[in-house]
Amino acid sequence: MDNKDSRRNFLKNSLLFGLGGGAISLISSCQDTKDPDNKGQLVKVLTTDGKVVEVPASSISAHEHITPAESRKGIPGRNFVMVIDLAKCKNARKCVEACQKAHDLEINEEHMKVQLLRDSEDGPLYWLPKPCFHCNQPPCVTVCPTGATFKRDDNIVLIDNQRCIGCKFCVSSCPYSSRSFNWKHKQVFDRSDVEYSPETSVPRAEGTVMKCDFCPDMVREGKLPHCVTGCPMGVIYYGDKNEDIVTNGEESLQFSKVIRERSGYRYLEYLGTKPNVYYLPPVNRQFPVERGFDIDKEILERYKNIPEVKDFLDNGNS
Amino acid sequence: MDNLSRKNELLGEFYPTMDRFNNKTKVWIGFLVLIILIGLYALYVQISKGHEATGMRNNVVWGVYIVNFIFFVTISYSGAFISGVLHFYETPWKNALSRILEIITVLSLIIGPVFILLCIGRLDRLHYLFVYPRIQSPITWDIIAIMTDLIGCFVYLYITFIPDLALLRDYSQENDKIPNWRKRAYKFFAIGYKDTKEQRNLLDKTKRIMSAMIIALAIVAYTVLAWIFSLTLQPGWNSTIFAPYFIIAGLYSGVGLIIICMYIVRRFYKLERFINERHFIGAGVVLIIFGILFGYFTFSQYFPMWFSSKINDIDLLNKLFSLYFWQFVGANYIGVFVPVLILFFKRLRTINFITFGGVVAVLALWLNRYFIVVPTLETPYIPIQDTRQAYLFYYATWVEWALTFAGFATFCLLFTLILKFVPAIHISDIIDFERKENKAVGSTNLKENNLENA
Repeated sequence: MDNKDSRRNFLKNSLLFGLGGGAISLISSCQDTKDPDNKGQLVKVLTTDGKVVEVPASSISAHEHITPAESRKGIPGRNFVMVIDLAKCKNARKCVEACQKAHDLEINEEHMKVQLLRDSEDGPLYWLPKPCFHCNQPPCVTVCPTGATFKRDDNIVLIDNQRCIGCKFCVSSCPYSSRSFNWKHKQVFDRSDVEYSPETSVPRAEGTVMKCDFCPDMVREGKLPHCVTGCPMGVIYYGDKNEDIVTNGEESLQFSKVIRERSGYRYLEYLGTKPNVYYLPPVNRQFPVERGFDIDKEILERYKNIPEVKDFLDNGNS
Repeated sequence: MDNLSRKNELLGEFYPTMDRFNNKTKVWIGFLVLIILIGLYALYVQISKGHEATGMRNNVVWGVYIVNFIFFVTISYSGAFISGVLHFYETPWKNALSRILEIITVLSLIIGPVFILLCIGRLDRLHYLFVYPRIQSPITWDIIAIMTDLIGCFVYLYITFIPDLALLRDYSQENDKIPNWRKRAYKFFAIGYKDTKEQRNLLDKTKRIMSAMIIALAIVAYTVLAWIFSLTLQPGWNSTIFAPYFIIAGLYSGVGLIIICMYIVRRFYKLERFINERHFIGAGVVLIIFGILFGYFTFSQYFPMWFSSKINDIDLLNKLFSLYFWQFVGANYIGVFVPVLILFFKRLRTINFITFGGVVAVLALWLNRYFIVVPTLETPYIPIQDTRQAYLFYYATWVEWALTFAGFATFCLLFTLILKFVPAIHISDIIDFERKENKAVGSTNLKENNLENA
């Protein structure tokens, strides 16, 4: 027991250090170019490859602003990936809510959606949390006429809403319906306390497209995305393919091993978009699918085309 | 020495129809302006309230605006295509039709892209298309294609206008009743064309080159337009035959619209002697050919989807044949069989029936586009799970309809106004033709002896 815990902690720490270290090295390099004579206080930090380096304390800012131009580069040496364990999802919707809170979204605006699916007639019903898949062959990026949406070296597909002209071609070309449009102006768009960055997707802008951004801003701070930390069941694992490690904050897994041993797959693989979100099939489930029916009736009604949900709704009423 | 009297005779016949603004015309123009004003109010609503004023939502992000865009743009290409073919092969009866064709081409190519602008969320950033262009995007290809085509069509239209503008200039100089602004405008736009043999040869050559180029441009532009859909992964769009399908469908609706315009122009400008049953039957034969081809392509598009039964294709077909049954049947069955049957029976080949066939073809093709765009977006790979009706199904709002009708009204208004400035028939072409044939064309009412003097 002890042994297992310490191993888990080691993995978790190394991952967080790794992610944080990467971010810091990028920030410091940016700072250096801006102000080469900066002789502020130096602090020691651990980089990804285990070296201890000194960087100016001023560069380790938790709220470093990444401009739209800087956000196009990606965090060097990273290869972000997500693994979602469908066996553990009970549709608590905490991932959705955490994401909405962080991105100023309203109740019906979701970057992370939870779908209730059944793949074949006799197949099982299961909950599928669906972020943007950050494909390696992203159809949305190919069709964008202005380069407002772009693919970075670290696997992340982002939107620069200051460049988006709102043609919505990306929305109609995404086979996973990951993108949504800001149909009208809302008060939260006028927030002046935060500066816009494609990495935070806040504040939003009318007439532009938005979607899940894989939270590179959190990674730069050495934290995990909001959906990962929000999930009480530890369904969502986030990590780096280069390090071959993914974590849900509690438990870290070897990416290649878990995909191999638990038959990890990508949604609609045959479309050839090469997503960076992997699913672990809903086998040996921790909860029956009905546990997910225990939500707001209004939200449950989204799934009323599914017989089980219809029965549940009808019985609940009588 | 030249056939001056013949020119004056033709102009004397045509000019009054151009100059006259009778009550009927005034009411017609007033009606069109009213519709356009309602459209402008709808545009104001859309801009002030945001795109929420439309029926478009996150799944169906493209609605009737895109349908209108495809509709007008393909009409334009087909106008250009047919006009180019008529000129290129020097078809004898082109004279009566080519002006109408050319005006349709340019007007619909102006109005079509306006609809795509209505669909864009950030019009204030439109210049980003040129500031940050990405050549990989099919939208960029489309912009290049449409702009090239627009310029090409304008040049072509203008070239075909020159000889008539020169005739009008000469005619207006001698006629005191004609207002001065017209005289000056004709003089300016005729760019000193004197109809000398050299000028005529040069113009003919240019016209031939331009007509061949217009055909090529139209094919490229059609193809790129179809690729906006067929290069995506969406069921129903990701089709290898979309490019030729769009060409055929566009030509079909284009011929339909040409027939309708011929009918209206003939009625209101009293051109029964120039546009006669022969032209309608000629256009009708083209309509039947494209109708059959359109039916064939539609069948080839949907039949393999049904036969191979991929789950997403079947979802789409189920939607088309349940929720949209009558509209889909109207677009793709009635829209093919009615015009084809009308033209199949010799007894039905009358001007009125052929025009009716044209109306059916145009309406069917608008619906056909609607059922290419909307149901696919309503049937994505991952099912839409939403409680809001507007997010499940697309219904165009009054704003979208108002702007749609405003688009059609603008087309009619500009068409009317252009025909107030230049005659509906190429007068110079008629004279050229008569000169070549050495006898009068069309109806026997025309005097033949004028040309003998030439």
